[in-house]
Amino acid sequence: MTVSTPPATTVRINRLERIWKETPGLLGWLTTTDHKRIGILYFFTSLFFFGAGGVEALLIRTQLIGPNQSTLDPATFNEMMSTHGTTMIFFFVVPMSLGAFGNYLIPLMIGARDMAFPRLNALTYWIFLCAGIFLYVGVFSGNAPSAGWFDYVPLASKAYSPGPGIDFYALSLLFVGISTTAGAINAIVTIFKLRAPGMSLNRMPLFCFAFLAVSFALVFALPALSTALILLELERLLGFHFFIPASGGDPILWQNLFWIFGHPEVYIIILPAFGIATSIIPTFVRQKMVAFPLVALAEILVAFLGFGVWAHHMFAVGLASATTIYFAAASLVIVIPSGIQLFSWITTIVTGTPRFKTPLLWIIGFIVLFIMGGLSGVTFAAIPFDQQTTDTYYVVAHFHYVIFGAAVFPLLGGMYYWFPKVTGRMYHERWGQASFWLTFVGTNITFFPMHILGLDGMPRRNYTYGPEMGWTGLNLIETLGAYLLALGLLSVFANLAISLFRGERAGNDPWGGDTLEWSTTSPPPEYNYAVIPKVSSPYAMWDEEDREEDRRNLELGRKTLERGHETPASTAVDAEWDEILEMPSHSAWPPLVALAMAAVFTMVLLQQWLGAAIFTAILALTVVGFHLKEPEEA
Amino acid sequence: MLVVASIVFLGAVGMLVMGWVRRDRPGLPFVGENETANTFLVVLFGMGIPIAILVALFVISDLVLLKETDAPDAGSTAMTVTVVGHQWFWEASYEGGAETANEIHIPVRTPVELVARSADVIHSFWVPELNRKIDMIPGQANSIELYAERPGVFRGQCAEFCGLQHAHMAFRVYAEPRRRFDSWLASSERPAADPQSTQAKQGQRYFLEDGCAACHTIAGTQAEGTVGPNLTHLAGRDTIAADTLPNTPEDLFRWIQNPQSVKPGTKMPGLGLGAKKYHAIVAYLTELR
Repeated sequence: MTVSTPPATTVRINRLERIWKETPGLLGWLTTTDHKRIGILYFFTSLFFFGAGGVEALLIRTQLIGPNQSTLDPATFNEMMSTHGTTMIFFFVVPMSLGAFGNYLIPLMIGARDMAFPRLNALTYWIFLCAGIFLYVGVFSGNAPSAGWFDYVPLASKAYSPGPGIDFYALSLLFVGISTTAGAINAIVTIFKLRAPGMSLNRMPLFCFAFLAVSFALVFALPALSTALILLELERLLGFHFFIPASGGDPILWQNLFWIFGHPEVYIIILPAFGIATSIIPTFVRQKMVAFPLVALAEILVAFLGFGVWAHHMFAVGLASATTIYFAAASLVIVIPSGIQLFSWITTIVTGTPRFKTPLLWIIGFIVLFIMGGLSGVTFAAIPFDQQTTDTYYVVAHFHYVIFGAAVFPLLGGMYYWFPKVTGRMYHERWGQASFWLTFVGTNITFFPMHILGLDGMPRRNYTYGPEMGWTGLNLIETLGAYLLALGLLSVFANLAISLFRGERAGNDPWGGDTLEWSTTSPPPEYNYAVIPKVSSPYAMWDEEDREEDRRNLELGRKTLERGHETPASTAVDAEWDEILEMPSHSAWPPLVALAMAAVFTMVLLQQWLGAAIFTAILALTVVGFHLKEPEEA
Repeated sequence: MLVVASIVFLGAVGMLVMGWVRRDRPGLPFVGENETANTFLVVLFGMGIPIAILVALFVISDLVLLKETDAPDAGSTAMTVTVVGHQWFWEASYEGGAETANEIHIPVRTPVELVARSADVIHSFWVPELNRKIDMIPGQANSIELYAERPGVFRGQCAEFCGLQHAHMAFRVYAEPRRRFDSWLASSERPAADPQSTQAKQGQRYFLEDGCAACHTIAGTQAEGTVGPNLTHLAGRDTIAADTLPNTPEDLFRWIQNPQSVKPGTKMPGLGLGAKKYHAIVAYLTELR
């Protein structure tokens, strides 16, 4: 970028390179605490689970291609649909958005050199990996869960699901919950404390507001799920009675606990997508977001309100009318903050001068699909309508528009958008646009007819249907759409994979991006920024003078923190310079703690209580090791 | 709802199209580049209009329409039918003691209270043309009103995932003119008629001795099992195995000889009795009018 590099700058950069150098090879990946490497690990692992969930979806669609098919027997069908939901939600969308995008981008966007707790960050990844393997050991050993992803009791109780499938499900979700909680806390502390001095909250990118809201939602929502899972396992493994009515339990308790988690989870899934949209739109329409403070407020409000609507999943269980009316009203209120964000995106696009490159196309696709999913979502707040359509394909259509259309489309757009930053290379633009259209059309062919089938009475989760029901034609179309959709996704990843080796060099800032990450090299160095960047607006990259000042600071050695593995901490609201933090570098403890934890969960699954106790002791030891200070570097 | 939703959808997409058409010109048509106008647009479309639509939707659907799907008030219905969901069939009983399965008869133009219970996992009772769905939850009795304006056969099905054969858990509601319903109910309250043909008599013996009676009840005989559906008047039904097969002698034979091939995972085992016995049992069952 600069005309010529002054010698003082080169010296400083070399020193930072030496201090922050990562261990090479496999060992380096195993012991890394660099948020970018962890983000990449998260990316590939959750991508693998996306593939697994996708294969399951295709099997389901193939079974439903025509009436009375026998591609899958009923037991396998139920396993596939349960595993599909569980995988996509817990092992793909959340780790992909928080683990991969959040991890990689939050420190870059706020001008920090790492997450607040780098070792904990590594630990969250290894726990996530172990929990995912744990679930899939169940799937491949013929013990997949088969009571649906929300796992209603008593169907999931020992009496009706005697095999270990449900235990694999419950323990793997408890296990991955540890990772998600720790990751969320890490993100909150990072966003509050590690912003570059000068980036007060009102100057923070909207992307970070979204991730902040999600992280808070996760910290408060996950305990409800964990409680439910622990009660379920106490019942299944040790014979307690929480949910069995004959012993004084209540099956509705499970539904309440699950949805107290489950509805916030919907917003947890979708808010990162909102954050990605608010990053991509300003860059490609060359205009700041319209109504910035309203959008920031709306992101936080959505996460908050999401906690007050859970019973709208339960309008058919026979709750009192007053209860259902309250929850319907609360659900309607959520439309408002969503509407503000939606029209902020649209207005920004309309009033700007958009360049319709691939990332923006995905965001526009997202907006269209989100409107569809949002509108069908509003209809559920009409209780009598909900009581007809709940548990039909109408619901399946709705939440695939929301989760696949509105949450995954921005993730895909984000992959294209940040691909040059992460890899240093450009993807193939025309190919990218073609993949978008293929996927967009495939999505609508797959999911739109489900609305009609649902209104026509087809219940979800039926492994087959008779020819006399008149559902054959639309199901055939859906299945063909699903194949097209799969093809579209394959072409997305083929493009990215080939561009990784063949793409043109990208340079630091191929888009004219608005946030800080575009100011550093592509890919960014281990220490992210040689100079802690100056920030005076949420569109830091568009403040030319500040970037110029960074270059002068580097030359003069100001704010370079080149004495050690260091990053600055600032105050939570105004981001005034607070202190300099010594950050840990590589460590072997995170994977070891995760392994010990996996052993404990395995022993519990096998009901080997002595073994569980022994591994808990080992786990405690590894946790002590985890907290040791690393030896001083020579 | 569809009309309003379509307008909102087309309006929003229309704005996006306008963004594409005007991709080289900043600002809005007529207004130009004006930050206040932009924010006003967001507030108008994002808050103002939605609030108006949502309040209307809420009042109409959740305060007015909702009353129609509520549980009926005590004393407002003329009769009560209790339906119990099982993996994977429906058991129905009437106040006079009549019991049947998978085919529920109600009198037309009469409000009927339907009490929904479950014997095992959660099911959901749903006849789309007659009313909302109501979950059948173990340990809990929910109720809704069934009211048929015209005579007819209405298909219903389980709407809450309940395990292996959730897909084959359907039923029928027969709404009949009062007189026809009364005669159906009267005959359903009577115990089963004794078998007439020799083959049917043999069939009854096999039924009682070879295991069927452990699970099924046939009123008036020693068959008092409660695991499977009540078969007292099986021959009067149009379908078997929860609306899975038509009730013909051939299909009945196919079903009892190898239930697992018809409905994999059903609780009904194939007993391996041999064709002769199965034919006899079918002969017996087809006499159970």
